[in-house]
Amino acid sequence: MQPLFRPRSRLLVLLAVLALVATACGGNDDPADGEDAGAEEEMDEPGEPLTVYSGRNEELVSWAFDDFTAATGIEVEVRYGDTAELATTILEEGDASPADIYFAQDAGALGALEAEDRLVTLPDDILDRVDANFRAPSGAWTGVTGRARVLAFNTDVLSADEVPDSVFDLTDPEWQGRVGWAPTNGSFQAFVTAMRITDGEDVTREWLEGMLANDPVVFSNNTGAVEGVARGEAEVALVNHYYLYRFLAEDPDFNVDNKLLPGDIGGLVNIAGVGVLSSSDNQDAAFELVRFLLGDEVQTFFGQETDALEFPLVDGIESPELPTLAEIDPPQVDLSRLEDLQGTLELLNEVGALE
Amino acid sequence: MRTLAGSPEPPAPADAPRGPRSAAGMHPLVWIPALVIGVAMLIPAIYLVIAASALPAGEIWEIVTDPSTARLTGRTLGLAAAVTGASVVLGVPIAWLTVRTDLPARRFLSIATALPLVIPTYVGAFTLVGALAPGGLVESWSGWRPPSPYGFGGAFVALTLFTFPYVLITVQSGLRGLDPSIEEASRSLGHGPISTFLRVTLPQLRPSAAAGALLVTLYVLSDFGAVSILRYSTFTRALYLQYRTAFDRAPAALLGLMLVAITVVFVVIEARVARDRGQQFGRRGAGRAVTQVPLKRWRWPAAALCWSVVLIGLVIPLTVVTYWLVRGLGAGESPNLAFGAAGRSLLVAALAAAAAVLAAVPVAIWSARSPSRWARLTERASFTGYALPGIVVALALVFVGIRLVPSLYQTLAMLIFAYVVLFLPQAIGAIRSSLLQVEGNVEAAARTLGSDRLTALRRVTLPLARRGAIAGGALVFLTVLKELPATLLLSPIGFDTLAVRVWSATEEAFFTRAAIPAMLLVVLGSVPLAITMIRERRET
Repeated sequence: MQPLFRPRSRLLVLLAVLALVATACGGNDDPADGEDAGAEEEMDEPGEPLTVYSGRNEELVSWAFDDFTAATGIEVEVRYGDTAELATTILEEGDASPADIYFAQDAGALGALEAEDRLVTLPDDILDRVDANFRAPSGAWTGVTGRARVLAFNTDVLSADEVPDSVFDLTDPEWQGRVGWAPTNGSFQAFVTAMRITDGEDVTREWLEGMLANDPVVFSNNTGAVEGVARGEAEVALVNHYYLYRFLAEDPDFNVDNKLLPGDIGGLVNIAGVGVLSSSDNQDAAFELVRFLLGDEVQTFFGQETDALEFPLVDGIESPELPTLAEIDPPQVDLSRLEDLQGTLELLNEVGALE
Repeated sequence: MRTLAGSPEPPAPADAPRGPRSAAGMHPLVWIPALVIGVAMLIPAIYLVIAASALPAGEIWEIVTDPSTARLTGRTLGLAAAVTGASVVLGVPIAWLTVRTDLPARRFLSIATALPLVIPTYVGAFTLVGALAPGGLVESWSGWRPPSPYGFGGAFVALTLFTFPYVLITVQSGLRGLDPSIEEASRSLGHGPISTFLRVTLPQLRPSAAAGALLVTLYVLSDFGAVSILRYSTFTRALYLQYRTAFDRAPAALLGLMLVAITVVFVVIEARVARDRGQQFGRRGAGRAVTQVPLKRWRWPAAALCWSVVLIGLVIPLTVVTYWLVRGLGAGESPNLAFGAAGRSLLVAALAAAAAVLAAVPVAIWSARSPSRWARLTERASFTGYALPGIVVALALVFVGIRLVPSLYQTLAMLIFAYVVLFLPQAIGAIRSSLLQVEGNVEAAARTLGSDRLTALRRVTLPLARRGAIAGGALVFLTVLKELPATLLLSPIGFDTLAVRVWSATEEAFFTRAAIPAMLLVVLGSVPLAITMIRERRET
């Protein structure tokens, strides 16, 4: 009888063995590898590992989880992904969700979990660490770091003075074809939601239509927008503040700078924040992790580390690299209301910003 | 199938079909597993129905009749049709050139032209923008501004380059399965190589070209990466936006169901093209050496065609990635070697390829060899997972998995199952078209000569399926390498692959760290292609 799949299965077996060997030897490729820190001696109470669903990028935050394990002996397992997709996953998983903590890139996603009663109220000692503007009024979630909206501009063609102080100036005809934005991006949509809350539906619609009349350059996300500004496809772009530092790290001559927009809705400070799941059976350890993220050490590091240069949210800790939140004077927006993205999506669709 | 209808009835009344009448003489070892697999493939569609049923009827009507829905559908269909047409125009000749001719560097080009397939579209599109956009690398290095990569044109070119290998690989496999004696007869009757290709070879390649074309069409329907970066709004882009910005899954589910409906239309069209053949040609050559067609003065133009595909689809992305690496290293950044992730990618891609082939064999045999309506429905059911965006399938399996099989939730087994749901049609299409190349009455002949059904299946049908199984396994392997949404949500926790590493780094502008994982993707992708090549050499 003719043997079936013979030459191929030999190769497949070889491949599978190779893969297993590589997997076993390769271990974790985490750039900030500290996985063995707590593994060497058995702790008194090994406990269950904490499960984190992190919409924050591994490259930005994995060091914090490693440090936590080293400090407390509590193992942390992290599933990284897109903030919104992970929030949806938690909603679909229901009470059986393996996640103990959800770490989100923006307040809206945390608000969506809160709206479906999936988060517990955090203990007061945690909430007290953070300015009330940067946590849920209900206490269901808290910000860990702040991320400011800015205008990134091409330094070859513009000086900081020439860049407007308000996003409302960008609808002026002189900016025709010179402004980049990323209307499908979550941070952008959070900013539009904030504008709807502070300035109302009509003003926001008018602003969007004014922007569209100026023929903006469309990017798919912040990274693409900053790159596009550097190439000169757009002279300024509405983005988050921190992408710039990554580009500068890889290319010190990078021709883009940020303009902060103090007091303007365009200078919204959103948060990256955490909530503990009501379905978690490991909530005490989860609270420990939240305390650790809000501890002086981690907060200081977030303000210094160029990979993740964000605004510390704990009183008395300031970033040497960034202006203080007082200097930015962000608009007062109840971040928990950023959850109403459906309205923003509909508005963006109506004016044709998503075409 | 026309030829089967005319074939003599196998003389074995003793084992007439006892299952559904419609199983039509097929052994239960084929149709029972096939049915089970077909039902499993419907999980995403069932989930969408459940999720969309939360919508009140009025809202459903509103979404379905919204003019923007019609506009998006039109744009999506236009893009899918254009990319599919171009993929066939590109894929069929390149397949022939790399399998049958004396093209210079033929073996190398056979692998290199297929490799753009492993580049995730979000990376490929991003690198094309970095190279070709105004002020990009090409303009700053040469001073010449290439045509804009944005809009329909850019999405069309990028998706064609990154998906035409589906046609290329299935047609290459089809060509290797052809009986060369017919072409030789044509040549001896005075037809030149071009005329023989057009009049003899091409008609025989219809099933494989149609199968590959369908894979391209449905891939385009489900793509998010390229269209979002290249600024062309499609149905799937709208669906992703709905998932990513509003946490209400019901409207997104409805969009998903509409995408399933569009899929059905394409699947039916493919069936027409692949099955409506005027005549059936001979048998597969018994592993006989095929004489290479000399290209003569067409050698270098043909080579130029292949090389330009390699240039845009592979060299440009790899150059941009290399530029990231060099620039970053120069600035003191450290690269990310990602060998562990490479091992995990290899592991899941190989397991998924094997699982998909195993699952595809019964479905493909049943649908190729039985006129049964159930066989056709089963095959078509498998396309729903493939045409839906990855995030939809991933969320469906989250929803179903955690409720029905909590102990398997987010394990390797679950991940492999997700890949099978996503990519099974790639294996089915390739196997099915390799079976369709040979008339169904060879099995009947085996039975006339005294074999029972099982023996005929084992000794005749399965060996015929082998070539398609290899091509199909290669396709699944290549596609799994770049898969992202299901990997992120369903893998064992902490189990990252190369695609995850590339995504994670590029998303936050850590380009140096994305470089080596991206290069390793291409290296791993060449493995199954090289295996196909080695086999080909062994047989000739």
